[in-house]
Amino acid sequence: MSKIEVRNIYKIFGPQPKKWMDAVKGGMSKEELLSRSGHTLGLRDISLSIEEGSIFVVMGLSGSGKSTLIRHFNRLIEPSGGQILVDGVDVVSLSPRDLETFRQRKMSMVFQRFGLFPHHTVLENAAYGLAVQGVDRAVREEKARHWLDQVGLNGFEAQYPHQLSGGMQQRVGLARALATDAEILLMDEAFSALDPLIRREMQDQLLRLQAKLNKTIVFITHDLDEALRLGNRIAILKDGELIQEGTPEDILLNPANDYVQAFLQDVNRSRVLNAAHAVRDEPRFTLTMRSRPSHALERLQSLKYDYAPVLDGKRLAGVLTLSSVQQAIREGARDVSAYVEDIASVPATTGLDEVLGRLLRSDQPLAVTGEQEEFIGWLSRRKVVELVVPPVVEPEVSAEANEVAAPAVETVS
Amino acid sequence: MFPEFFPARAIRQAIDGFVDHLVTDYASTLEAMARPLLNLLIWIEQVLRDSPWWAVTLVVIAIAWAVSRRIGFSIAMGALLCVIGMLGLWDAGMQTLALMIVATGVSVVIGIPMGILMARVDWLRQVMLPVLDVMQTMPSFVYLIPVVMLFGLGKIPAIISTVIYAVPPLIRLTDLGIRLVDREVLEASRAFGASTRQQLFGVQLPLALPNIMAGVNQTTMMALSMVVIASMIGARGLGHEVLLGINRLEVGRGLMAGLGIVALAVLFDRITQSYGQRQRARIGGQR
Repeated sequence: MSKIEVRNIYKIFGPQPKKWMDAVKGGMSKEELLSRSGHTLGLRDISLSIEEGSIFVVMGLSGSGKSTLIRHFNRLIEPSGGQILVDGVDVVSLSPRDLETFRQRKMSMVFQRFGLFPHHTVLENAAYGLAVQGVDRAVREEKARHWLDQVGLNGFEAQYPHQLSGGMQQRVGLARALATDAEILLMDEAFSALDPLIRREMQDQLLRLQAKLNKTIVFITHDLDEALRLGNRIAILKDGELIQEGTPEDILLNPANDYVQAFLQDVNRSRVLNAAHAVRDEPRFTLTMRSRPSHALERLQSLKYDYAPVLDGKRLAGVLTLSSVQQAIREGARDVSAYVEDIASVPATTGLDEVLGRLLRSDQPLAVTGEQEEFIGWLSRRKVVELVVPPVVEPEVSAEANEVAAPAVETVS
Repeated sequence: MFPEFFPARAIRQAIDGFVDHLVTDYASTLEAMARPLLNLLIWIEQVLRDSPWWAVTLVVIAIAWAVSRRIGFSIAMGALLCVIGMLGLWDAGMQTLALMIVATGVSVVIGIPMGILMARVDWLRQVMLPVLDVMQTMPSFVYLIPVVMLFGLGKIPAIISTVIYAVPPLIRLTDLGIRLVDREVLEASRAFGASTRQQLFGVQLPLALPNIMAGVNQTTMMALSMVVIASMIGARGLGHEVLLGINRLEVGRGLMAGLGIVALAVLFDRITQSYGQRQRARIGGQR
């Protein structure tokens, strides 16, 4: 069961949303609704399921409804229709009192323009969620101090928010959200108001904290690079409709339509995609240290391979080439173990930018290995190039890219 | 002749009848209800007039220091109060001061909750805005007459008419101040599960305080401008001196009392303003 389950959420802004629900459900467009009724369609039929412990990114341009959507999770905005289940409880049906408790315990939120209380000190701000819960001053201030320390704001407790820089203010916002120990963290364009360097730093900090805390994070952004960097899953919204939902790789490799494609144009693909995405599609064939040379030769020749990986247990030991097999047969060796040559390998999680660098430096085949150094497959040069260069390019450019790649491809396969 | 749409004369008579009815049936009840207020005013007046001048001055200096934390400013405020004494108007000044304090207090008690309600309830705001306009533009004599008929000549009608005239800016600015509170800051408080009461007292009122203080400032200024009119219905004090000056054609007396009112006005204005400024400086980053 997922942590948050969003089911068919609709939001119509205007004086009489109920009256127009049926029309919208029947497929009335946003423009038609606006011209016919003066109501604005905020969200149309959004369904998502968010796993516990994951970072779920909702992304879209301004006006796409992403901020509206995140405010439905803690009901800062009431939906016109649909359900939001958190741990199986429908948030929409909570009474006002239960909703307050729910907001205090289950979810906390970080805001784009920080939303700090200007009349409270940094410490009081960080302790706010606990103060609302009625926690004793001493206890809540100790907790707030701990979290301020975690986000690197030791020594700023007595300052007022306006005395801090933007990045530091957002750290206060983060500490305030973490201090309540809520399991779910809603982040509404939390880093969008920060300059690029600070933003990068905050993203790293969030990822570090998340590795320790394992919260369920819903992160809103309009920046695809940020989405790809942070998200375990990404949902793309446009005009209040869900366009695509999937892992960063899904989105990059199989964009649902031109809108998503256009987003992907400027993205640094090589940072998101990794070596595992560029493994050659070919029958997997491996030898072991105990393989007999005659058997190895037979298999290599039948598959028309020049070399094959050799495993020692599960670990990749090296490579056996056609010529060394033939040598082994001539010398009458019992197994191939003495003829295995070292092979360059990269972990599957290596970013393609780094892989590209290694490919350019040597023309030797490159193996992709998993966490326990097990063999996953050979790296395909053609695939690396295809993945790094966006598919929608001028024909001449892709031809040129192929030319660059062609000789290399020939030498390996 | 303008065509008659409804019988204006009949309506006039109906209103007269209604007020007469009120006066005959309820005047004593109303007077009894206003009694505690009158007692409070008389008590404050007694305290101010019976205390030695330097004690009152010291209290004013202390208040000025408490709100501004500036020594020079506080002493200047004390000196200003002494000016009233030097003009030979200490006693009248204290009477006016007492009236001001009570009128401002009543205005705050009525105005701030009203402003809060207006900020929360949209239809109330739609209703109240024109009412406030009327309260500010209707000539004060119009409601002075029924008020005097109900409460008789004296201090109570003076306070009531002063409050009617002076409370609108406080209501308006309280409403405005609460509406101007940064949406995201209020949202943050809601997102952490703050109750309506916690939102109001923890976020909205503190952040609206500079605007509310501007409202209090406006209210005191408008209340001071009512003291002469209030003196016509029996409130004594500086206004009464001005009235005497007019009646007896004593320009000097009128001018002195007028200066005394100005001195009190400056006193109230600077003290309330510097309080608002300090709140604003504390909130800082907020526009």
